[in-house]
Amino acid sequence: MSDNVKGLSVVLTNYEAEILSDWIKEQSAALRRAGGAMKDTELRDQCAEFLRLLRTAAQGGQVENLDGPKWNDVREMLGNISRSRGLQGFSPSETASFVFSMKRPLFVQIRREFGKDAEALADTTWLATELLDKLGLYTTEVHQKAREEVILRQQQEMLELSTPVVKIWDGILALPMIGTLDSTRTQVVMESLLQRIVDTGSGIAIIDITGVPTVDTLTAQHLLKTVTAARLMGAECIISGIRPQIAQTIVHLGVDLGDVTTKATLADALVVALERTGRAVKRVQTASKGA
Amino acid sequence: MERIPILRMGDYLIVTIQVDMHDRVVTTLQDDLTSMIAANGSHGVLIDISCLDIVDSFVGRMIGNIAAMSHVLDAETVVVGMRPAVAITLVELGLSLTGVRTALNVEKGMALLRAATRGRLLEDGDGRDQE
Repeated sequence: MSDNVKGLSVVLTNYEAEILSDWIKEQSAALRRAGGAMKDTELRDQCAEFLRLLRTAAQGGQVENLDGPKWNDVREMLGNISRSRGLQGFSPSETASFVFSMKRPLFVQIRREFGKDAEALADTTWLATELLDKLGLYTTEVHQKAREEVILRQQQEMLELSTPVVKIWDGILALPMIGTLDSTRTQVVMESLLQRIVDTGSGIAIIDITGVPTVDTLTAQHLLKTVTAARLMGAECIISGIRPQIAQTIVHLGVDLGDVTTKATLADALVVALERTGRAVKRVQTASKGA
Repeated sequence: MERIPILRMGDYLIVTIQVDMHDRVVTTLQDDLTSMIAANGSHGVLIDISCLDIVDSFVGRMIGNIAAMSHVLDAETVVVGMRPAVAITLVELGLSLTGVRTALNVEKGMALLRAATRGRLLEDGDGRDQE
């Protein structure tokens, strides 16, 4: 173990209480400024635990390499803190400041220990800076990863939520599409639609794109693919819910919807579908005034 | 060698594909079917592929070709019972089989064939046999 590492671990051991109280003071001030809602006891527990683990790890040496088994506990603890702060809505910099705010209290104590020895002071300070920087970056990384996981899960949920296939009449299916159509979603939509066509033996499917915000060439291509696949299976598709702007876009883009039947509203499409299956809806009684 | 049977039912021919479509099988089917149509003067062909769960581009194209050949021989062709996975594969391969009639199942396919050939049967005077 080099002298500097020894010096650092000595400082961490001898002045643990001082560092801890200074550190907590520093952090609660920062948290109060940011308006964070965190209990003092929780913060105290986290700080004390982290300092203890850091001391133990530093005594084991190898400050240069944080991937080693000696640092497992520290990394795990930091990961947990970072994840829980991420879920509580802390920003990445607020999360990282947990580690960075330890610098000042630590440096104060290092100066107290090595005040006379300029060289040792500089070296130990450098070592401590390096160590805390690495740990700080690690918290940011974990924080980022936790957020990414949340985003990924939400994407997955959205995918499942937004592809219902509804049977609206005997032999007529409706597929209200919501959100932007990319390749993955089209695949899911197509598969669930075709499967439902087989299951219900429906001859007509109405694809309603009222909830699709924009239609570009790619979206149109995806739509056409779905229509073609349904046709191959022997079912007809009607596209409905085309808003005026979208109709304009489709023509401007030069998209050829071929011989696909298109309607402005789902109601119009339903009328066509009923007609094709040899049915009609008629009024049996004049609506009363109150209704 | 494996052969796909072709059943004659009145004016129509029915082909149910229940084995894996190897390239040889498909070309044999093509030969058999065209000669059967010519020999019987059939007006309609129904191809049931509900048991087919794997297609490649060759088989996909051949299905289209068989339908086109039947059309040239003046017989209406309906492909019925295509599975979702097969339909998606064909679309992704860019084979949209334009010009081929499709139906969900054999029953609907027969109805479609009858509707398409009704006029012709009446003209021929054979229609009464079928009704």
